Amino acid sequence: MWTTPSRLHAKGIVGMNRRNIRYIGRYNSRRLYPLVDDKLKTKLLAQQYGITTPALIGTVTTQFGIKQLCTMLIGHQGFVIKPAKGSGGKGILVIERIEGGRYIKPSGVQLTLGDVERHVSNILSGLYSLGGSPDVALIEALINFDASFSEYTYEGVPDIRVIVFKGYPVMAMMRLSTAASDGKANLHQGAVGVGIDIASGAAIRGVQFDRTRHDHPDTGHELASLHISDWDTLLRLAAGCFEMTGLGYLGTDMVLDRDHGPMLLELNARPGLAIQMANGEGLRPRLDLIERQPEGVSPEQRVAFAQHYFARSSELRETA
Amino acid sequence: MSRLPFYLIVGLLLVAGVAMSIHRHVQFEVPWTPGEQRQVWEIEAQVNFIADGGPAKVNLALPSTQQGYRILTEHTASPGYGLAFLEENGGRRAEWTTRQATGDQQLYYSVQALVAPSSRQPLIEPPPLRRDIVWESPYDTAARQVIERAWSRSADPFSFARELITDFTEARQGENARLLLTQFDRSPLLVRLLNQAGVPAREVSGLLLEHGRRRQSLTPWIQVFDDPEWMLFDPRTGERGRPDNLLLWESAGQAVLEVEGGSNSRVGFSMLSRNQPAAAAVRSELADDTLLNFSIHSLPLEDQALFQTILLIPIGALMVVILRVLVGIKTSGTFMPVLIALAFIQTTLITGLIGFLLVVAVGLVIRNYLSYLNLLLVARVTAVIITVIAIISVFSVLSYRFGLNAGLTITFFPMIILSWTIERMSILWEEEGPKQVLIQGGGSLLTAILAYLAMNNPLIRHLTFNFLGIQLILMALILLLGNYTGYRLLELRRFKPVTED
Repeated sequence: MWTTPSRLHAKGIVGMNRRNIRYIGRYNSRRLYPLVDDKLKTKLLAQQYGITTPALIGTVTTQFGIKQLCTMLIGHQGFVIKPAKGSGGKGILVIERIEGGRYIKPSGVQLTLGDVERHVSNILSGLYSLGGSPDVALIEALINFDASFSEYTYEGVPDIRVIVFKGYPVMAMMRLSTAASDGKANLHQGAVGVGIDIASGAAIRGVQFDRTRHDHPDTGHELASLHISDWDTLLRLAAGCFEMTGLGYLGTDMVLDRDHGPMLLELNARPGLAIQMANGEGLRPRLDLIERQPEGVSPEQRVAFAQHYFARSSELRETA
Repeated sequence: MSRLPFYLIVGLLLVAGVAMSIHRHVQFEVPWTPGEQRQVWEIEAQVNFIADGGPAKVNLALPSTQQGYRILTEHTASPGYGLAFLEENGGRRAEWTTRQATGDQQLYYSVQALVAPSSRQPLIEPPPLRRDIVWESPYDTAARQVIERAWSRSADPFSFARELITDFTEARQGENARLLLTQFDRSPLLVRLLNQAGVPAREVSGLLLEHGRRRQSLTPWIQVFDDPEWMLFDPRTGERGRPDNLLLWESAGQAVLEVEGGSNSRVGFSMLSRNQPAAAAVRSELADDTLLNFSIHSLPLEDQALFQTILLIPIGALMVVILRVLVGIKTSGTFMPVLIALAFIQTTLITGLIGFLLVVAVGLVIRNYLSYLNLLLVARVTAVIITVIAIISVFSVLSYRFGLNAGLTITFFPMIILSWTIERMSILWEEEGPKQVLIQGGGSLLTAILAYLAMNNPLIRHLTFNFLGIQLILMALILLLGNYTGYRLLELRRFKPVTED
């Protein structure tokens, strides 16, 4: 049931307190937080820096603006509504398609326009935002995720979390939603976390509810063959977020779109520690190594450095 | 980035906090634990005299804080007299004055003296030696022989005083001593002889404290100096040292009582001994008006009670910091548990827990209905606030009807905080399911109970209220905890699977 601090230390596991003081407190300047806490700002900034993001259909900023929602959605099959200042995936509504005035979620649940408008109203009044402050609703085009991942997910879009430290991608994992997680990609809710090798983009190890897994619990598909295409581009996009935001310890959430390739979904200035579980490895040795590297290295060089030093072989194939 | 300034600040806070606490303990006799009993003597001096009919002036020596005793409070009862407290020649005195007084007069002075073994007297200057002593024949020869005899058998001023006094006791009284005693009173004579021999000494008056005694009078004692020390001697036996139950009433070598405009004056003493809790003894200390003696006890009683609660909040906050930083418990709202714990102090734990759970449970049901009404956030939370007030009112009335007075204390709950708790729990329920509500709600309640137990502990209440230095120590501790980068207790469980393979 319990382990000892010395064993965690030997594994190089970073705890919550250390993350907060040593990394977030030291490398993330408070004044830069709004750049990532407000998804609209992140999006506009990403466009400036040439980092691909899902297309923006429109924004709703006022309660009376909700009435324009219907006209705004004309011509779009599926869309995603999210609060600009939401956290932890709260308040995100995904509509897969519209059929005869019914808005259908990936789970098959049908909503009316009134339901959707109520959701937007809740977002505007700050229900999902940090500290309950008034918020803005973003409406984005639905991501057509790569068909190669359809075997690995239940309802939701699988996203790839890359921890970027001082511009170096240090650790990555893919989060696969499951029936247990209700289509959400949060590990503590039951999503499967798959550690991804920084060098190749191949799966290393899978965990669900902190236990090792070799297959997806709903589709039954084995995880060993999971491999992310266009991995180098994805890493370069993630690494470029350091120049874009100036944040030294950053969690980048990426998705793979069928047509547009890797895209930046959102950024997180306080990325969680579950990625260590998915990789079966602590962040500490990698972070220590990066801290010894000089400043002013280009993103390409940083990605190459990370791919050289953080390469790992899959644990899944050995056992499979 | 050097951490030196940080540790310097923490060190300074710790040292200052400990020093302040120790200073308060030593200087003001504030005990470390609340249960300690302290012996307090209540002594009343009654001055009687027959006034001549004209103006009268009464001057009485008063005791000051001294070795073994600390003066707490003093009162006088003297209708028709003006009163002034004076400092004269190193002694405190009370002076009563009136324009016209006739017949039997009675003046009262009462004082509370705390038995304080560690109390120290400020340094006393020895009195000047009297060089003008002139003896008439044949007393001069007798005095010289007495001094020479004692001198030859002594080594220092104290042993000389002992030998001299012993020569005047019944058993060893020689011819010379007997001769001198025919002309002089014992105590002034001894002081005179000591002075003659070059030893500074004076006569002081003390009161032997005995529980329940009345109409006592002061006894004379000889105070002998060997700079910088001094020693008390009993002029009747020559015994040295101060008996534990001796309170020096007049120690400046002056008259105890002086009356102008009256006759037949005398002063009698009655005394009582009481044991009272140390905290109460502390409370009745005389408040000095200096800034250095900054103390909450100089405030009016009502404000003191308020401060007692305010000074406990850091303890509750420390519990929250410990549970979050060292243990890793999740709470709903960072310091909400402290406010709930403060409410528990008013309601007692069981009543508070039942009340809290009832209000939150009913609130959650009603909030669940409100979410169907599709309201704006602020309006919805306001509706929850009114609901909480309604729930609390209904419970109060119900419990009163059923004769449960404890139920009335439910009104001590912070209603706005409760409303936000309900709102947050409700959202948590919708988004993460009831399990997270139980985890965070349970974490908040556990934190609140632990904070309550810490804040309601008599020892902690006593320490935080009486030692302001504790606040600095708490500050240092919290700064240190804010610097802790180690693992949390619950992380040892969370990350266990990683260490397994």
